[in-house]
Amino acid sequence: MPYTYHTDEDRKAMLGALGLANEAGLFDVIPEKLRLRALLPIEKGKTEPETLRAMGFISRANRPASQLFNYLGGGIYDHTVPSVVKNLSSRPEFATAYTPYQPEASQGTLQVIFEFQTHISRLTRLPVANASMYDGATALAEACLMAAKITRRDVVLVPYALNPRYLRVVRSYVSGQNVEVRTLRESSAGDLDAEALKQELGDRVAAVVVQTPNYFGALERPWEYEKEIHAAGALLVACVDPISLSVLRPPGEYGADIAVGECQPLGNEMSYGGPLVGFMACKQDYIRQMPGRIVSATHDVDGREAFVLVLQTREQHIRREKATSNICTNQGLLATRATIHLSLLGEHGFTELGRVCHERARKLAEKITACDGYTLKYSAPFFREFVIACPTDAESVAEAARREGILAGIPLSRYYGAAARNLLLVAVTEKNQDEDADKYCAALKRAALVKVG
Amino acid sequence: MSGHDFSQTIYGRSRPGRHGYHISSKPAEAPRDIPSEYLRDSIGLPEVSEPQVMRHYIELSNKNHHVDKDLFPLGSCTMKYNPKVNDEVAAMSGFAGLHPEQSDADVQGALKVMHGLERLLAAISGMDAVSVQPAAGAQGEMLGLLLARAYFADRGISRRRVLVPDSAHGTNPATATVVGFQAQTFATGKDGRVDLDILKSVLDDDVAVLMLTNPNTLGLFETHIAEIVEMVHKAGALCYMDGANMNAIMGQTRPGDFGFDMMHYNLHKTFSTPHGGGGPGSGPVACRSHLEPFLPVPRVVETDGTYRLEYNRPKTVGALHSFYGNFGIYLRAYTYIMRLGSDGIRRASSTAVLNANYLAARIADKYPIPYGSRCMHEFVASGESLKKHGVRTLDVAKRLLDFGFYAPTVYFPLTVPEALMVEPTETESRETLDRFADALLEIAREAESSPDTLHQAPTRTPVRRVDETTANRSPVITVPLA
Amino acid sequence: MDFKNVRFTKEHEWVRVDGADEVSIGITDFASGELGDIVYVELPKVGAEVKAMQSMGTIEAVKTVADLFAPVSGVVSAVNPALEQHPDLVNQDPYGDGWFVRVKMKDRKEFEALMDRAAYQSMIGK
Repeated sequence: MPYTYHTDEDRKAMLGALGLANEAGLFDVIPEKLRLRALLPIEKGKTEPETLRAMGFISRANRPASQLFNYLGGGIYDHTVPSVVKNLSSRPEFATAYTPYQPEASQGTLQVIFEFQTHISRLTRLPVANASMYDGATALAEACLMAAKITRRDVVLVPYALNPRYLRVVRSYVSGQNVEVRTLRESSAGDLDAEALKQELGDRVAAVVVQTPNYFGALERPWEYEKEIHAAGALLVACVDPISLSVLRPPGEYGADIAVGECQPLGNEMSYGGPLVGFMACKQDYIRQMPGRIVSATHDVDGREAFVLVLQTREQHIRREKATSNICTNQGLLATRATIHLSLLGEHGFTELGRVCHERARKLAEKITACDGYTLKYSAPFFREFVIACPTDAESVAEAARREGILAGIPLSRYYGAAARNLLLVAVTEKNQDEDADKYCAALKRAALVKVG
Repeated sequence: MSGHDFSQTIYGRSRPGRHGYHISSKPAEAPRDIPSEYLRDSIGLPEVSEPQVMRHYIELSNKNHHVDKDLFPLGSCTMKYNPKVNDEVAAMSGFAGLHPEQSDADVQGALKVMHGLERLLAAISGMDAVSVQPAAGAQGEMLGLLLARAYFADRGISRRRVLVPDSAHGTNPATATVVGFQAQTFATGKDGRVDLDILKSVLDDDVAVLMLTNPNTLGLFETHIAEIVEMVHKAGALCYMDGANMNAIMGQTRPGDFGFDMMHYNLHKTFSTPHGGGGPGSGPVACRSHLEPFLPVPRVVETDGTYRLEYNRPKTVGALHSFYGNFGIYLRAYTYIMRLGSDGIRRASSTAVLNANYLAARIADKYPIPYGSRCMHEFVASGESLKKHGVRTLDVAKRLLDFGFYAPTVYFPLTVPEALMVEPTETESRETLDRFADALLEIAREAESSPDTLHQAPTRTPVRRVDETTANRSPVITVPLA
Repeated sequence: MDFKNVRFTKEHEWVRVDGADEVSIGITDFASGELGDIVYVELPKVGAEVKAMQSMGTIEAVKTVADLFAPVSGVVSAVNPALEQHPDLVNQDPYGDGWFVRVKMKDRKEFEALMDRAAYQSMIGK
C-alpha cells in the first residue's frame, strides 16, 4: 500500500489499544447492507515504474501544441515558462503548504500573495486586488454579480466580441440571481459600437463589460464612453489579457471600477485549459464587496512586518448564506507562479515581452495579407492577436495546416456559426519566430487550394 | 498605526536598471503602429536580477509550514502526502503542452484521461455519470444545485429551499444563496447526527435539496442515512452529498448506495493533489442518470476507442469554467488512483480511520470528545476544560505551532464549544501520531501550570501573533506606488 | 449614561429616547465585548425605513459578523459619521460616542414594550 507507514505489527498494536480485533471493526457503524464486501470494480494498484510507463503511453497519444508551430490563442497563450518559475513553484514549501489561516506558520504564502496583489495593482492601476480566482471567466462572472449588488440593478451589457467561453460561464453564474445579460453589437472595425452602447444605457444597467483586446484581438477605446457609463449609474468592468498590460493603457487610468482577466500566460503551462488563475482588481470603495481571499500587511506583537488574511467576514466560512460569494479555494500555486514570473521579468523584461509579441504579430499579419485571398478582417489596431479572412472555410484551412504541424488559429465558426465560416483567429507569442511566418504563409497558400474534409 | 517599510518585499529589493530576464537577443521597439492613446508609460514592476529572485522566494518558502515537513491535522482538509509521481506526470509535455482549442484528433490521450477518470469516480461513488469541470469543491456544490434547479424546472416544478444541518461547512449555505435558493439551517440531534424528527419537521414540498456530508463534520457516520434519503425522496426533493469526507469511506461503502442523487469530490483532499498554499483544487460532481442530461458542456464521448468533445446537449446548465476544469489537477488524481488501485483505496480509508481513532483515544482524557471517541477519519474535541485556567482553544492552536505542527481546524463546527477538529489522514506514522498526542497533553499540563506560556505562543515561528484588528480596520493591500 | 430612558432588545441593542419621538440606537457593552474588536459597521442611510426587529445593518469583528436589528420601526434621521474611520468607538464608548443611528419612531408603544435595564441585566446573567 503506497504512501503509508504501518507494518502488521503497528496495526495490531494500534487496534489492540482500541480494543478491536481487526480493521473491519472500525466500520461497524456503517449498516451491514451498505458495506461493500468486494473491492471496487477498478484495477488493482500499480507501482510507480508501472504507472509512469502507462501514463507515458497516454501522454504520447497527444500531439502537444507546445511542440508544433502554435498560433492558438482565445484566452490561453503559449508563452515561455522561465526555468526559475518551474523550479521555485515545485518546491514543497510552496506546493504542499495549506491555505494561510495560521499566519505565524504561513508567512511565505502570505507574502507571495501580497506581492501578487501588488503586481496586479501595478498592471491595472487599481488599488485593490484579491488573491486570485478560479479563472478569467469566473472572475468576470463574479464581477458582474458584484456590480449588480453594488448598484442594486439587474442588467449587464457585454460586447459582441466578448470571449464566447467566458460569456457561457457568465450566463451560468448569473442564472440564479435574476441578472440579465444583453449583448451589444460590434462595429465594422471589429471593436465595440459606442453609439449602440450609449443607446442601451439606462437605469437598469449595473455594469458594462469591455474586453480589451477583445476576442478578435482588436483594441477597444473605453475612455470614449466611460463618462456616459458612469453618468448612467453603471460600473465599467474591464476584462483584459495581463500580457497586454505590458504596453497598453491600464483600466485604472480610464475609469474602470473593476478589472478581471486570466493570468495563465504569466508563468503557467497551457495544460489543456486547466488549472488556470483569474485576477480581480477594483476601486478602494468596493473592497468589501469583492469576493475571494485578501491579504493585508500588518505587524506582529514584537513589531515585525507580517502578513495576514483580512476581511474574512465576507467569506463563506463566516458569513455562510450571506457571503459575497461561495468561493473557498483561490488558485494559490498558480498565483505564486504568476508572482515569480512578473518579479523575474520585471519592469524591463515584461515591457520587452509585450513589445516582442506585438512586433511579431504585426510582421505575421503583414505577410499573411500579402498571400493571395487572405486579408485582415478588421481595421481596429491589435496587440498580439488578430482575425484573418480566408478564401475558403477556415476549418479546412486549419485542418490542412494542422496536418503539416502548424496550428494556424481558431476557426471562429466554432463560436459564431456559419456567418464566421471563413474567419480564423491567430495569436502570436514570443515563441513564434519571424522565420516561421514563411512556413505559416506557405501552409495558408496550400490550404487555399485543397479542400480538406 | 505604525508604518510599513516593505523593504523585505520584492519591491523593497528592487534597484533601478536591473533587468533579470530577456526575451529576445534583438532589441524590441515600442509599438509604433498603435496610436499613443492606447499605450501606457511605465508599469511599476520591480527591477531585480535572476539569482536575487531565487534567494528572495526561497527565503519566503522557508517561512512556511508544509505537509512535506510535518503534520497538518486539519479536520475535513485531508492533508495527506502529495505523491511526486503525480507532479511528474502532470509536467509531461504531452499533457502540459496541450492547448484547449486543439482538435480532438491531437488530444486523444487527454480525453482518455478525462473519460477514464469520470468512470473511476462514478465507480467509487456508486453513481452513473461524472463531470470533472468544477474547479473546486465550492464550484462542485454550485453545479449540484444548478443541476437540481434544472431538474425541477424541466418538470415544471418550483422549489425554493435548500436544507443544511447546522454542522455544515460554510460553502453549503453560501452556494445555496448564490444559486438563488433560500438556505435553511436545521439543528442536528443530541447525538451529533441528523435527527429524523427534526428533519421531518422542516421537510415540505418547497424543499429542493438536502445537502449533507457523510461522515459529517463531527466525524460521525450518519447511521440512518438510508432512512434520511428515503424521507427526502418521499418529499419529492433531491439529496446532495458534500464529499469532503470521502477519505473515510472510499472503498468501504458508496454514496450512491445510500441513495444520494449527486455528490462532489474534493480531489485536493481525498485524491492527494497538492494544496499549493490555497489552490488549485478540483471538485468533480457525480450524479445519477436522472440528472445526467443537465451536466455542463462539453461532455467526453467515446465511440470505438475514439474520443471527442460533445457540446450539443440541449438540457445542459451551461459551463462553470472556461474550458474543461482543472485538467492538470485531475490528471494527478487519475495517476493517484492508478497507483492505489482498488486494494489501495480500501487500505487508505481503513488506515485513515484507524489513525483518527488511535489519536482520539490518546487525547480524549484531556480534550473531551463530546460525541465519543469512536469516530471515522476525523473527530472534534473540545478545549472547554482548559477555560478554567484562562486558556482557550486558540492558545492551544498557537502553542502547537511551537511544537512544529500546524494547528487543527479550530472553532468549527459551530456546534462544539472551543472546537478542535482533528484529521491525521492515513499517510502518518504511529510515531508522528504519538508525538502529536504528546504535544497536546504537554499543552494541557502547561495550561494548568503556566497558562501564560500559552498566551504568549507561538514564540518559535518566523512571526508571532499578528495584529488582525488594525489590518481589518485599515487594510494595506499592496506596496503603495511611490 | 442615565438608563432611565433606555430600553434593551434581546439582540443586545440599546435604544434611548432623546426628543419627542426621536431615539438613539447602539449596542451594549456586553455585546461589543462578546464580538471583540469591531473593524467595520454597515449602517442604513438617512431616510431609510426600518422595521422593528428586522436587520438594518451589520457589525463586523475580525472573525465574526453580527446583524444589527432595529429595536423600533421608523425612519433613520441620522447616522454616526465617526464610525467609518473609528469603528473602535463601539468598543470604547458603546453608550456614548459609539452610537449607530437615530430614528424617528413610528409607534412609541414598541419602545415601551422593550426590556428595561434590570430585565436586560438579568437576561445576560449579571
